[in-house]
Amino acid sequence: MAYVLQQLINGLTLGMIYGLIAVGYTMVYGIIGMINFAHGDVFMVGAFLSLIALTALSGMGVTSVPLALALTLVFAAGIAALYGWTVERVAYRPLRGSFRLAPLISAIGMSIVLQNFVQVSQGARVKPMPEMLPGGITLMTEDNFAVQLSWMQMVIVIVTLTLLAAFTYLVTKTSLGRAMRACEQDQKMAGLLGIDTDRTISITFVIGAALAAVAGLMFLLYYGVIDFYIGFIAGVKAFTAAVLGGIGSLPGAVLGGLAIGLIETFWSAYFSVQYKDVAAFSILVLVLIFMPTGLLGRADVEKV
Amino acid sequence: MSAVLSLSGVTTFYGAVQALRGVDLVVNEGEIVTLIGANGAGKSTLMMTICGTPRARDGKILHLGDDISAMPTHQIMRRGIAQSPEGRRIFSRMTVYENLLMGAHGKSEASLGTELDQVFTLFPRLKERLSQRGGTLSGGEQQMLAIGRALMSKPKLLLLDEPSLGLAPLVVKLIFNAIRELNRTTGLTVLLVEQNAFQALRLAHRGYVLVNGQITMAGTGADLLARPEIRAAYLEGGGH
Repeated sequence: MAYVLQQLINGLTLGMIYGLIAVGYTMVYGIIGMINFAHGDVFMVGAFLSLIALTALSGMGVTSVPLALALTLVFAAGIAALYGWTVERVAYRPLRGSFRLAPLISAIGMSIVLQNFVQVSQGARVKPMPEMLPGGITLMTEDNFAVQLSWMQMVIVIVTLTLLAAFTYLVTKTSLGRAMRACEQDQKMAGLLGIDTDRTISITFVIGAALAAVAGLMFLLYYGVIDFYIGFIAGVKAFTAAVLGGIGSLPGAVLGGLAIGLIETFWSAYFSVQYKDVAAFSILVLVLIFMPTGLLGRADVEKV
Repeated sequence: MSAVLSLSGVTTFYGAVQALRGVDLVVNEGEIVTLIGANGAGKSTLMMTICGTPRARDGKILHLGDDISAMPTHQIMRRGIAQSPEGRRIFSRMTVYENLLMGAHGKSEASLGTELDQVFTLFPRLKERLSQRGGTLSGGEQQMLAIGRALMSKPKLLLLDEPSLGLAPLVVKLIFNAIRELNRTTGLTVLLVEQNAFQALRLAHRGYVLVNGQITMAGTGADLLARPEIRAAYLEGGGH
């Protein structure tokens, strides 16, 4: 029982990180109907930016952990947002209106560019980071097994939930959110209502990239090691999460992220760690075969 | 009378297909002008070309004296032009209220009281459906919503594309009455595209006939209604 509870906590924490990345995939898919394969690499860039910021802050003598985390979060999200904007501007916008595969190929190219850029500028070796917030609270003890909720996990869960709540508010209640949904449903009509659709698409990339960067920071804090390749695996898993939840659906992305996090964690705990990625990707295959619209994907009939 | 909108020699292509072949058309302030023509004549293309999507390859489109033919769509639509497009294009996964808000994009929600009241007076049905999703409305209600949404921006010029398409005669009457009422009370200028030539010509001050991307006839509504070639081509068997 205690063991199960511990896995549940670990799985949900990991799932939150996947969920944050998945939101970016699903948003971009919703609005321009393409899979932004460079999104995972923006997440990776976010993790590196976080490492750089944390190292610099500790070098400058900032010892307060909450302050260092807050500054890092803002820095990483801000710079990654710039990356997201640039990627859209350089690699996708010029291809809008061309055949469907063109932006997809461009996205894969962009992903390789970002990976190689980080590999060359930061080195190919794994970067470790000392644990920032050791310890936690013991929830219960059973047969000498203590269920731990670490401070780090709490930070991850709280930050993610806060961001998702703010983001949900933005999409459902604000004028910008309505414009984004309008572009998602009918871009031409959105233009006819005076919405600058190019700008709205840019903003979507910026927000997605900022969320991915926060996920990068969380990943760095959780695992303590990063390299230039983490964007690929995490990206494909978050993409799986988005498909599992129903691509285009925001709650679906979070739900899918949590599901992938739990599956991966429980698989590692009960079967084998080596095969955890196999488990996660088998889900992708099964979902695509048996439930192509995902958990919350829509199949609503539209009247004409 | 001053021209709100004037097109001269407007030519539009879809790929290699020429949809408009040098269209000249004028809409004056306070007028209801109708454009009638058969399926595929280019009526909707003309409406969309005015809004810059697709762009006119040749010719001039003047709105209040300014050439708008090279402007981005969203800038054209912020000049006091609104379109209720062919097929209504309601945001089906947004509520009726959100659809109306979309019409007034860029204005604060709190400042829209009078605009909303105007729409509800015109179409009380929309008020009852406010929190319902656009996609669940009936065809007639969707048409009311499309017009209501267009009115939310307080346009000076309303482009109405086939508001009667697929609707029961009673609903068509209601919608045409609403257009007449708006024009009479607020002086709204309307460019109306219709297949339902009889109703449209009775409503409009002036009309144009579009055939294969070219204007072939123009005149007052009553004048066009009386012409035998119009009766033969567009009205026989089609009138109510």
